[in-house]
Amino acid sequence: MDTEHVAAPARRSPGAWLLIAVPYFWLFLFFLAPFLIVVKISLSQTAIAIPPYVPTFDLSEGWQAFQEALSAFSFENYVWLTEDALYWRSYLSSVSIAAVSTLITLLIGYPIAYGMARSPQSWRPTLLMLVILPFWTSFLIRVYAWIGILKNEGLLNQLLLTFGLINEPLVILNTNIAVYIGIVYSYLPFLVLPLYASLERLDGTLLEAAEDLGCPSWKAFWKITVPLSLPGIIAGCFLVFIPAVGEFVIPDLLGGSDTLMIGKTLWVEFFNNRDWPVSSAVAVILLLILVIPIVLFQNQQQKMSEKEG
Amino acid sequence: MTRGPTWFNITSLVLGFSFLYLPIVLLVIYSFNDSRLVTVWGGFSTKWYASLLQNDQLLDAAWVTLRVAFTSATIATVLGTLAALVLVRSGRFIGRSLFSGMIFAPLVMPEVILGLSLLLLFVAMDTARGFWTVMLAHTTFAMCYVAVVVQSRLVGFDKSVEEAAEDLGCPPVKTFFLITLPIILPGVIAGWMLAFTLSLDDLVIASFTTGPGATTLPMKIYSQVRLGVTPEINAVCTILVGLVTIGVIAASLVTKRQHAQRERDERAAFGADG
Repeated sequence: MDTEHVAAPARRSPGAWLLIAVPYFWLFLFFLAPFLIVVKISLSQTAIAIPPYVPTFDLSEGWQAFQEALSAFSFENYVWLTEDALYWRSYLSSVSIAAVSTLITLLIGYPIAYGMARSPQSWRPTLLMLVILPFWTSFLIRVYAWIGILKNEGLLNQLLLTFGLINEPLVILNTNIAVYIGIVYSYLPFLVLPLYASLERLDGTLLEAAEDLGCPSWKAFWKITVPLSLPGIIAGCFLVFIPAVGEFVIPDLLGGSDTLMIGKTLWVEFFNNRDWPVSSAVAVILLLILVIPIVLFQNQQQKMSEKEG
Repeated sequence: MTRGPTWFNITSLVLGFSFLYLPIVLLVIYSFNDSRLVTVWGGFSTKWYASLLQNDQLLDAAWVTLRVAFTSATIATVLGTLAALVLVRSGRFIGRSLFSGMIFAPLVMPEVILGLSLLLLFVAMDTARGFWTVMLAHTTFAMCYVAVVVQSRLVGFDKSVEEAAEDLGCPPVKTFFLITLPIILPGVIAGWMLAFTLSLDDLVIASFTTGPGATTLPMKIYSQVRLGVTPEINAVCTILVGLVTIGVIAASLVTKRQHAQRERDERAAFGADG
């Protein structure tokens, strides 16, 4: 936001207020209000009914009833989450799978972004397009494509067997390794794009100066390139890590029955066990885990856009 | 950076792009496989595409998906453009940080949370679930993407053109349609396309918010994939990948041509001056 264009609120016409009100109201109704309902239902009791929960309080009964209800809130779903090892193990394993995948994505993505930034100017639009294109193609399809490659009689095993590199098929599909591959593959463009943007802006003369002064190139890389591309690294890692923690499709299709990820646990709780209050509680805790990285990410984005403006 | 690429750079680009593209290329190749066994090559055939045309369930799902995607992308583009204007132009107002939070949070929020929360809203509102609920859900998360895309276009916007129009007595709404919109149009179109493909692609949010009679294509594909890899699914995926590829390449060619045209116009204008 650049301060020069900030209009004084007093000058704002009714039309300008309407402009703000329409998207504001929409997001309030369809984004914020639903979260309050999730919190409310996470405090309700499970029931065999349609919908399958007993509301703890009803706002239509007025303030008095609301106050009474407050004292009757049931935290038993949250207690349940701490008692059953399945849940906290799911949370822990989601965070660790997401963290490891983010690190692998960074190790693979950095050389790609670096190569793009070092390529001749005329190649860059094409290379950029090649990174963006998979982002547009269906997520589900890209995950599905790996099943045919990774399964026991799949293409990878056939290839390795033909070349005699292995004697019996590797079991990759339905293990955590397949989940890592799936996350890295699906989220790679999210990391390469912001990283490339910050590497491209890097001033090449700094590296030349370092070289002239006798700095070895690996040292110049660590002392100059990496620190200056740090905003890109951070933005890219957040863009991979945050959605990966709550990922459902990848662990469900590529992971095995022992792959614990919270998105999958929530899905099973909701669709198979039809336990809405517990799945709401799972969602609330997941959100609490992600609130810190999301806020950090937003602050960083805001700082970057202020710098550009 | 100015220095040319080294062998290391070129190798990492080749390996990186092979990693990104090989799985999709293999999927496309095997959709033309004559054999039902997905890993045995039995010769070239288009029979799986022919059998798709007989599959009414799949065609129904495709039709539902296209309708949802078209409607939600259109509404999301209108709302997202408004939201971008608010973010860039409206200055400070009460609840501004809440507003920008609500725009950026859905971009990284796990889909299971968005899906669950919207479903619970629809249940609380006692709405019949189906086409409309999926459409509303998609509109909501797609508008945030549109807002971000349009916002980046608005940030680099030369405001003096608008001010000139307003000084000459042009009403704000007319200024928007005659000046602002044509300039940000590439961003708006890109936003629409992004919203369209996001909706086309979405499995998780649609699964939560849908009801009887509104099964989308990703839901259909997902239920089939769970049963195993089949050449028919490869064929469906190939068609989808093909459509998206054509769309993206066409869009980028159009923007490139517009860009070149504008540069020519600018040169011509400056040439006339001097």
